[in-house]
Amino acid sequence: MVPIAYYLVLAAVLFSIGVGSFLIKRNVITIFMSIELMLNAVNLTFVAFAHMWGNLNGQIFVFFVMVVAAAEAAVGLAIIIAIFRTRETLSVDQVNLLKL
Amino acid sequence: MTPMSPHLIWFIPLLPFAGFLVNGLLGRRLTRNAVTGVALFCTALPVALVLWLTATFRAEHLLSLTTGHHIWIQTSSLQIAFALAVDHLTLVMLAVVTGVGFLIHIYSAGYMAHEEGFWRFFAYLNLFMFFMLTLVLSANFLLLFVGWEGVGLASYLLIGFYFTKDSAANAGKKAFIVNRIGDFGFLLAMFLMIAHFGSLSFGSVFAQIGMAPQLHGGFLTAIALCLVLGAAGKSAQIPLYIWLPDAMEGPTPVSALIHAATMVTAGIYMVARCHAIFDRSALALAVVAIIGALTAIFAASIGMVQTDIKRVLAYSTVSQLGYMFLACGVGAYSAAIFHLLTHAFFKALLFLAAGSVIHALSGEQDMRNMGGLRHRIPVTFWTMTAGVFAIAGFPGFSGFFSKDEILYRTFMHPGAMGVVLWAVGLLTAFMTAFYMFRLWYLTFFGAQRFEDHPAHAHEAGHDDGQAAHGHGVHESPWIMLAPLVVLAILSVCGGWIGIPFALGGNNYFEHFLAPVFAGNVSRQMVETAGTGHGMELLLACVSVLAAVLGLLVADYFYRRRPDAAAKLALSLRGLHSTLVHKYWVDEIYAKVIVMPLLMLGRYVLFYGVDLGVIGGGTSAAAAASRGAGGLLRRMQSGNIRSYAGWLAAGAAILLAFTIFGRGLLHIL
Repeated sequence: MVPIAYYLVLAAVLFSIGVGSFLIKRNVITIFMSIELMLNAVNLTFVAFAHMWGNLNGQIFVFFVMVVAAAEAAVGLAIIIAIFRTRETLSVDQVNLLKL
Repeated sequence: MTPMSPHLIWFIPLLPFAGFLVNGLLGRRLTRNAVTGVALFCTALPVALVLWLTATFRAEHLLSLTTGHHIWIQTSSLQIAFALAVDHLTLVMLAVVTGVGFLIHIYSAGYMAHEEGFWRFFAYLNLFMFFMLTLVLSANFLLLFVGWEGVGLASYLLIGFYFTKDSAANAGKKAFIVNRIGDFGFLLAMFLMIAHFGSLSFGSVFAQIGMAPQLHGGFLTAIALCLVLGAAGKSAQIPLYIWLPDAMEGPTPVSALIHAATMVTAGIYMVARCHAIFDRSALALAVVAIIGALTAIFAASIGMVQTDIKRVLAYSTVSQLGYMFLACGVGAYSAAIFHLLTHAFFKALLFLAAGSVIHALSGEQDMRNMGGLRHRIPVTFWTMTAGVFAIAGFPGFSGFFSKDEILYRTFMHPGAMGVVLWAVGLLTAFMTAFYMFRLWYLTFFGAQRFEDHPAHAHEAGHDDGQAAHGHGVHESPWIMLAPLVVLAILSVCGGWIGIPFALGGNNYFEHFLAPVFAGNVSRQMVETAGTGHGMELLLACVSVLAAVLGLLVADYFYRRRPDAAAKLALSLRGLHSTLVHKYWVDEIYAKVIVMPLLMLGRYVLFYGVDLGVIGGGTSAAAAASRGAGGLLRRMQSGNIRSYAGWLAAGAAILLAFTIFGRGLLHIL
């Protein structure tokens, strides 16, 4: 049986990679991927804890997170396509028209 | 007599208000005849209603009539109804206000015929009637105060009727501001009444005082003195009389209606109405009497040297109001109201006649430029003569009976104060006769001292806004003379309703008012003093002598030896100059009160508080928030990754706090 700490360390590493790339990357799609990475790191901890306690709540939660993530991906990708069509760029630093 | 519905009382004030609305809103588009018609209709009907009301009171032996119990203001401890009440005192006031008011409306139709803003004038005049009638009809102090303030407003609007003229606009402001000082006293009195009686209705307050015979002085004195302050403002008594002479900037009918016959008597009416309070405070009564006597002689002495015909009458009004105050102060309330009534007749007459003279001379108001008008404007002359004899107190004329009643009751006032005040009153009576006959001689007798055909010479300089018609001296049209004649008859005969027993009359007037002033201690005291009629007759003779003396002195100085007056003025230069400058009261007030207030306002309140504290404070707050914003806006770089960085840092801090925070709290 793999100790719970392994899962948690793996999740922490994944989450940190997600945060890190979210902060450094400029490409919207990469940023999007890092968000997915963070979500899945969290999902991993949910599943790990659910397994540890023998309780299904965590697993159900993960399904919800996946559903929300899918919905978010659909909307997010649509927005990205719209931005690309109008601005012909995917760099977030150049999508700053709302700034004064 | 069909039983009268009390609701009809509402129409007495509301009709003039309707007139105000019609003329005020539509008057600009109406013809002059239509405006006049509306205004006259709305003041004539109340006259009829008042007559009917009086007849009802007589026929049914009513003591009072109230209408309207709609709750106006309701709190847990205080209830104020929107109610009108009529009793005998109100009837007298109603008769004066509607009767004299109607006559002056007629006169105005002629006098103002050539004026700009004809409709505005009548709208204001009707507004005044509405508020004045509210004032006298009100059944509680609050509604009375509404009327009180309203007549002040109407007075302000009408004094400043020629608002393009600086002096008129300033006079209006002066009247309003000085009245505010009096209103402050009135308000304090009302607050004290709420605190002590929990009510503002006349019936309740006076009943509570009546049921507590042990109440004397104390807070009743405080209430009474506050009311005196209010009355002194409205009725132009020392120290607040200064606005009335300046109020002569208004058109002459306004001076006659508001500043002689009705509004300025509101203070006397209020004191008489509150006699239950004043009767319980010897101090307040003494203050009223002394203020009245001082004002009477003070204003009369100024009136003796004024050269503007309207200003003489203005000081005369102040002086006569002083008489009424004096009468109230010695507890002779019905005498005060009697004098109020006769004064309304003869002073309105004098003002209107003076207006007719001014009209005849195309705007000339300086008596030094009149003279010899007796045959030129005979109707004006004869009516004014009736007024002059009435105010001077010649036997048989109305002023004689009312003034004598006051002097007699003052003399009978217990203690030395009565005699001293009587002497002051007598001297004032002499002065009154002197300055009135001075006016009479200067205006109507002697040589003519004006250009006969002023043509257009006066057009620029006329004082009263009278358009110069350019056809010399002329008698006024009949629409102006008719009210003069009616008022002249009233000035002569108006006093006959109050002929005292000593002169074989039955003093009907005092009996008429007896229900209102029942329980007045001073009245019973005089009756039981039992000095008999001899004393009253003697005093009457003395005051007639004073009047005749005034006539003879004026006759000597202004008819037989026209240059003697100037010589006397020269030899008594100091005194004369003091009188001409009205004892420098305006100057003293300006230095002592107005200037410090103005300085305080300008330098402390405006530059210091307004610009410094308030303006500076808001500027500093604005600068501070702008600076803070300038710093904080750098966080909002628009760089999405820096936002994410802040988010991550925040999350990290929260996480750290959750993990280590408990330990941190323990350390702290």
